[in-house]
Amino acid sequence: MEIPYTVAPRRDTGLWNAKVGIWLFLASEVMLFGGLFSAYVFLRLDAAPGDWPHGLLNVPVGTMNTAILIASSVTVVLAWAALKMRQFGRYRFYMTITILCGVIFLVVKLAYEWPQKFEHFGARIKESELVKYEQYLGNEHLLAKGLAPRKEISGHLHNSQALHDPNIKEYEIALDPVNADPTSPKMDRPHFFYVPATNKIASVEKADVEYANMFLPKHSAYFATYFTITGLHGAHVLGGVLVFCYMMLPASTRLYRQNPEHLANRVEVSGLFWHFVDLVWIFVFPLFYLL
Amino acid sequence: MKETHQAHTAEIAPPDEHAAEHVAAHVRKYVMVGLTLLTFTAITVALSYVNFGTMKANVAVAMLVATFKAGLVAAIFMHLSAERRLIYRILIFTGFFVLGLFWLTYLAWYNPIVR
Repeated sequence: MEIPYTVAPRRDTGLWNAKVGIWLFLASEVMLFGGLFSAYVFLRLDAAPGDWPHGLLNVPVGTMNTAILIASSVTVVLAWAALKMRQFGRYRFYMTITILCGVIFLVVKLAYEWPQKFEHFGARIKESELVKYEQYLGNEHLLAKGLAPRKEISGHLHNSQALHDPNIKEYEIALDPVNADPTSPKMDRPHFFYVPATNKIASVEKADVEYANMFLPKHSAYFATYFTITGLHGAHVLGGVLVFCYMMLPASTRLYRQNPEHLANRVEVSGLFWHFVDLVWIFVFPLFYLL
Repeated sequence: MKETHQAHTAEIAPPDEHAAEHVAAHVRKYVMVGLTLLTFTAITVALSYVNFGTMKANVAVAMLVATFKAGLVAAIFMHLSAERRLIYRILIFTGFFVLGLFWLTYLAWYNPIVR
């Protein structure tokens, strides 16, 4: 049986069916991401000054990934336009670039950005012990400037067995630049380029620590929301890439020969999904990387 | 293989002339919108290193730029600038419920009983 209204519009809606379908789906997606973003807003507004971290993510890499997603949004709409003009070769060219962009985005996220976080360590100092670690936190300097206090010492954990061994009483941390030289005015605001941990080692007693962990979702509300939202977004990118791969299979070439307008419509609805994924990232990027 | 491919292309249904011209006229626009989005990404990054007084002010500025970018994507790439009425209806409902969702967050945060 022929599926109706794949190309011709239905008289009552004025649209072919897939278009109504994808928009209903996107409406549910807005609610899905909306829930997570409202959780982000809630947690962030509730965080005490200095509790919501800044400058922990790699801004140039995030900017590059943003540019890659925007470029792929352009190429997917150009792929659709090429189909509309019956330029099949050009369609396949733009579609390939779109898929490549999606794959690069995922590789950067999963092979570089996330693992770098998993190797990073942070120890949140108890309020009562902050003064003891003043040389690493520089809070007097921050207070004098009217800036939010620092409560965490971060860097590369030297004695990683300290995480699990209760007999080890302290963490030895190769400090991040911000903790190595906390009173430098350069450290008042996050850096644009990523700066690796220094050679300066600090030992932080476990008894002085409120909590300490690698930069995993359980580390803080910030990383919990970061990994949840970028993880869900990454799953969407993967889904989009898979759908676009299907659009490149021989089955889609056959459909083009039989009914090119039908394939163009398929590309249009998968493109709508892709633009939505881009749109979500437009909000994720400033909220997590920049602010 | 190539010959058969060409033989097939000859049979492919031609595009609706009017629609194809319409699309061709838009291609340039899509590229321009893409470049605008890239420019505004750079602007967002630059603005985040400018101190607008409070963090809230910085967030507000960044969200303003992001909303503009999102609007461009929705209006041009997602063709929302000229769409059927049904789609707008769906989106009005969505907007209503999403605002409700954020309003609940606000209520929870602004809880006068606990605070």
